[in-house]
Amino acid sequence: MLLNQFLLLAAVLFCLGVYGVITRKNGVMVLMSIEMILNAVNINLVAFGAFNGTPIGSVFALFVIAVAAAEVGIGLAIVLLIYRNKKSIDFSEVDLLKG
Amino acid sequence: MNYDNDWFLSVLTFTPLVGALVMMLIPKADEALHKAIALAVSGGLFLFGTFYMLTEFDFDNSGAMQFNFDTNWINVINSRYIVGVDGMALPLILLTLLVVPLCVIYSWDHFPEPANPKAFLILILILETGMIGTFVAEDLILFFVFFEVVLLPMFFMIAVWGGPDRRYASLKFFLFTLFGSALMILAFLSLFFLAEDPSGVALRTFDIQALTEWGGANLTRSAGLLIFGGMFMGFGIKVPMFPFHTWLPDAHTQAPTVGSVILAAVLLKLGTYGFIRIAIPILPQAAVEWAPWIGLLAVIGIIYGALGCLAQTDMKRLIAFSSVSHMGFVMLGIATLTTFGINAAVFGMVAHGLITGILFFVAGSVKDRYHTLEIERLGGLLLQAPRMGWILGFATMASLGLPGLAGFWGEFPAILSAYNPANGVSETIFRTYMVIAAVGTVLAAGYLLWLLQRTAFGEPSEEFANDPEIVDASRFEYVAWAPMLVLIVVLGIFPNLIFKTSDPAVEKSLHPCLSAEGEEFIALDCPAVFGVEVAGG
Amino acid sequence: MSLSSLLLFAADAGPALPGYTFAGPWILRNVWLLPLIPALSFLAILFFGKRLPFKGAEIGIASVLSILALAIVANIAWFDHRDNYESEKAEDAAGLLLSDEYATVAIDGEPDSLLLSADAGEGGEAAHGSTAVRNEATWFQSGGQEFKVGTLVDGQAVMMLFVVTFISTLVHVFSTEYVAGDRRYTHYFAFLSLFTASMLLLVVSASTIQFITAWELVGVCSFALIGHWWEEKPNSDAALKAFLTNRVGDIGLLVGMIILFFSAGQTFDIVKINTMALAGEIPQRNLTIAALCLMAAVMSKSGQFILHTWLPDAMAGPTPVSALIHAATMVVAGVYMIARLYGVFFVGFSIEGSPVNPMALIGMFTLIFAGLLAFVQDDIKKVLAYSTVSQLGYMVMALGVGAWTAGMFHLFTHAFFKAGLFLGAGSVAHSVHSFDMKKDMGGMRKFMPTTYKTFIICTLALVGIFPFAGFWSKDEILVGTGGWGLFGGTGGNGNYTLMLIGGIFGAALTGAYMTRVIYLTFFGEFRHVAHHDDHAVDHGHADDAHDAHANHDPHEHGPAITIPLILLAGFATLIGLVNLPPGFITGNLESWQERFFHFYEPSAAAYFPAIAHGTPSYTLAIFASVVGLLGVGLAYFYYFVLVDRKSKAMGESLTELPNGPTSKFGILKAGHTLLVEKYYLDHLYTDVIAGGTKGPLAKAVYWFNQNVLDATVDGVGRTSVIAGKAVYEHIDQTVIDGAVNLSGVVSSETGAGLRKTQNGKIQQYAAYLFAGATLLAGVLIFVI
Repeated sequence: MLLNQFLLLAAVLFCLGVYGVITRKNGVMVLMSIEMILNAVNINLVAFGAFNGTPIGSVFALFVIAVAAAEVGIGLAIVLLIYRNKKSIDFSEVDLLKG
Repeated sequence: MNYDNDWFLSVLTFTPLVGALVMMLIPKADEALHKAIALAVSGGLFLFGTFYMLTEFDFDNSGAMQFNFDTNWINVINSRYIVGVDGMALPLILLTLLVVPLCVIYSWDHFPEPANPKAFLILILILETGMIGTFVAEDLILFFVFFEVVLLPMFFMIAVWGGPDRRYASLKFFLFTLFGSALMILAFLSLFFLAEDPSGVALRTFDIQALTEWGGANLTRSAGLLIFGGMFMGFGIKVPMFPFHTWLPDAHTQAPTVGSVILAAVLLKLGTYGFIRIAIPILPQAAVEWAPWIGLLAVIGIIYGALGCLAQTDMKRLIAFSSVSHMGFVMLGIATLTTFGINAAVFGMVAHGLITGILFFVAGSVKDRYHTLEIERLGGLLLQAPRMGWILGFATMASLGLPGLAGFWGEFPAILSAYNPANGVSETIFRTYMVIAAVGTVLAAGYLLWLLQRTAFGEPSEEFANDPEIVDASRFEYVAWAPMLVLIVVLGIFPNLIFKTSDPAVEKSLHPCLSAEGEEFIALDCPAVFGVEVAGG
Repeated sequence: MSLSSLLLFAADAGPALPGYTFAGPWILRNVWLLPLIPALSFLAILFFGKRLPFKGAEIGIASVLSILALAIVANIAWFDHRDNYESEKAEDAAGLLLSDEYATVAIDGEPDSLLLSADAGEGGEAAHGSTAVRNEATWFQSGGQEFKVGTLVDGQAVMMLFVVTFISTLVHVFSTEYVAGDRRYTHYFAFLSLFTASMLLLVVSASTIQFITAWELVGVCSFALIGHWWEEKPNSDAALKAFLTNRVGDIGLLVGMIILFFSAGQTFDIVKINTMALAGEIPQRNLTIAALCLMAAVMSKSGQFILHTWLPDAMAGPTPVSALIHAATMVVAGVYMIARLYGVFFVGFSIEGSPVNPMALIGMFTLIFAGLLAFVQDDIKKVLAYSTVSQLGYMVMALGVGAWTAGMFHLFTHAFFKAGLFLGAGSVAHSVHSFDMKKDMGGMRKFMPTTYKTFIICTLALVGIFPFAGFWSKDEILVGTGGWGLFGGTGGNGNYTLMLIGGIFGAALTGAYMTRVIYLTFFGEFRHVAHHDDHAVDHGHADDAHDAHANHDPHEHGPAITIPLILLAGFATLIGLVNLPPGFITGNLESWQERFFHFYEPSAAAYFPAIAHGTPSYTLAIFASVVGLLGVGLAYFYYFVLVDRKSKAMGESLTELPNGPTSKFGILKAGHTLLVEKYYLDHLYTDVIAGGTKGPLAKAVYWFNQNVLDATVDGVGRTSVIAGKAVYEHIDQTVIDGAVNLSGVVSSETGAGLRKTQNGKIQQYAAYLFAGATLLAGVLIFVI
């Protein structure tokens, strides 16, 4: 089985996601990048699961998808709140965590 | 031995904590109830504890641990909950039991700013648990925990109720002590890992009695020295020994009166108690090698503290510096590693607790009235508040080691024991220390009487001459001071009250090689590090 | 086991060393009552005194009267015990400790038989050794060894018990009038009681640590009483000076006692230390060092040169206190200690058979230097203070030359006449409200006849005029030096010629300065009226001479003041007769000789050295008296003739010749030659001897005293403050505290640097996160 190709795809997807998370200013875009990272992980899980002949990988992938849905819900709510307060969803302007 | 009283020490230790918990549940506004509970708990504990210990404690066998209780605690590291009391700890526990209710009484009608009696009294009760716990703990980890428990309440007491510079002082106190504790726990852990019985099986225990029996047998010289050094830092900072004493004047000066009293009366003794309960019994050989250095720091502390006192312009700070000097005598006694010296140290701890406690009480009351402790501005206390002035005079006399009062019995035997330290400790060096310490007694008289002259004698200065606030000691002050004053006299006249109790325990805590001589020395098969020149047969 | 066993009672009797017993008369075994009673009286006065009708004085007087009675009983019991114990013991077949029945019988023994039954001769002494009575209880223990507190009663102790209680009683009585209306009347009596208790504790001490305790306690009482009027700074300064100077000496005391403790095999027992020292069981080196250390304590407590400077300053206290503490009792504590530990000093300083030793030298220097200082004082109490120092010098010198009995005898007689002098001076000062002889006294004999007479008698005793008390004791000291072939005497423990000369010279000095005091105080005209400035002394109330001229003439006081004076004068006259030298009278009354020696010297006891006694010599006694009278005569001539004549010529009461002594330096030998030449007499006396002594020599000594010795003490104090400040500022605050602060600063700076990375940008945090993860991944892959 061609495991390497799946892993390569997942790695690319992961790097794209990371790139998005770090560079995009738009909050929604950041959330979407996070989704990409999660999906990269999902691919890995499914691929390894298939490779080892167990359904556990797919089960975990399903679990991740469910959690990701919830996470996106909360994430979008946060973005919405930020927008309400700042009239912008530019993450570079949000520095409430500043120490 | 009576096994029915094993509950006693645990009750003694944790009753204040229970009291504190109860007080937490009561609203802050109900001040009278808080005071009543605090007094009932600490005072009741004092009455009950003293009575029980004096009647049940076997004074003929005061060298043995009594009221023992031993149970599993932290199984993973084989740390056990072991408590017990012998003649060495007994006087200190009684001192703690006495001082705490007196502090509660003293603060009855004038809590330091920002008042809040609830929090203040809760802290005092937690302190009491920590202090008693330290004196009864017979397991290194348990000891360490109690040792540290004391730290936080005192930190808050200084930081919240202290003087203008309280933040700096409290932080300094906390950091200094914590630094020492870090090294101390390292030393404890090393003991845990390195101790082996004669057959080479690792002991893996924190039990102080077991480790004392082991006595550093299989340790290499350097390991012993390092471990002792770690403990030295932990205990020495708490004592405090020169040059680790600089936290003390600040902490004392900034702390509220009651805080200063507890700090001086009991907290400093945790350090010296650590030496005589843990460091010296467990590592006698390392102690022999460390002794000249401890003695050196002790006598430097004596002279240095006294000189420091002479330079002070603030009454409370002067008393704080005098603690450095007095604890120097205690440490000198300990450094001799003789029964005489350590008995003197135990006595000196109690005496210093009572005497310096009184001095801080009086200083606090002076501050309440004059709103300053600048010695230059004070004067004529004997005219304005005669009884307080007399108590100050009495306390200074006691503090300078007047025979017939308690201070003498901590000072003179310590100097005396330095003439003839334990085996392996250089006589020449310690005899030099003896003379220096004797000179220290003159300086002590100098700064204390100078203080007395400038504050109590003479006419009051103009700014205070007609101040209506300056009144003689109040009822609460009398009640708080009287027991200490009486004890100072009683212990001065009947020193055997403490000596007879502590002596067997002290003797037991010292390795037999420390006092062996000649043929006995050979018979005991003492290691070379005790370094006695054995006379030819 | 009960708590009560922790207390110190439950005495047990150890094995008896030769020279003492645990049996004996009840009163001698229980002398601890004597310190206890005034100690309780102290507490009673302190707590209840103010509420009583006489403000506490009645408690004090009742307590001293009761202990005076006990002390007398103890003396009588001792006389009996001294003579009869050995024979009683021999009769006791078992030779065991005698029962209590014996003890009570002993007290009831007929006093008449005491003197007669005693053997006077030297031969009898050997058979009848002195046996001290002891009693002890455990005080504390260490290393399983118990240390005792106890009483050691022998002749020396009972003698001192009598002196202390007697003088203390008189001083109490005197004080009721002298300090009447004082600011702290009650407190004054309380401390008199405490002092009496401490002094008695010192006297009966059986162990060195107990001795140290009492030694310090008397020091504290002295501190409290010198500083009695502490509102004025000079008074509290004097109190501090006294206490601190004594503390300096106490270093020696502590170290010396510690050395003895270990040298004698870990014991505080005075008897055992002495016995071992005499038996040669303690190395000579240790004894010498210990003796030297203890000498330092003696020098401070007993005002020996060079640590005597506190004693004149101590006159800032009330006069009765000066009489009791700074003349009769506390200051002799040093002398008493030497006598107590005589075995140590005797061996340590090799007193036997040597021509000189530190103790004798110190005593001799003190007696001369202090005597000279007395000449330049205008304050009557200071003259007496220097005189006390000088007389203490005699005592120390006597002990230094081995004349133990002579030294103790001088202590005994001195207590009476010097207390008499001080109380007399107090009586005068109480009238004129000043101690300044030149400004405020003069002609007092007319106003205060009783004070005048008693003062004269005590002066005669002090100067050593036959047959007053001082004559006998001083003569015995001179005999004891043993350093003469010239006067036909023999015996003594060594050949202390230097001390003999010094002692004789000192007698002349004493005579001269006391004559000066007599003239300035009691003769001439009353000068106070002419100088009506305010001398706030003792009571602080000013006299206004103009308002009520006649009413303010000084006058004699009531019986509370005069009766003690008369009693002391009586003792000063007669007490010397208790130790008549051997061979002075013969026949039936022979047994009246050497009573003091017989009863009070612990001869043939193992803890006391076998000292030799010099044989008295008429030649020496006459010569010394002549020299003393010479001193009196010279001063008499100067004051009573020259100054008096000049005063009459000028019509006012002078205190010295107005043309003033020149600064010519007198040479004694030349003075003696010129004495024969009557024509030069005026010149010689005025300018050379009196002027030379009064002027440059005494002034130089006094200058040295004030500017070198005193300045050194001050300098040391000042230097330690400066050193303290320097250490505190430069080392404590800068270096040590700086290091602590530095560690704080470093952590805070590091924190500030790292804080910049925390900019709140989530994406940057994410970047850190991924960077970290990458790094960890790298580690995972490439390293592990």
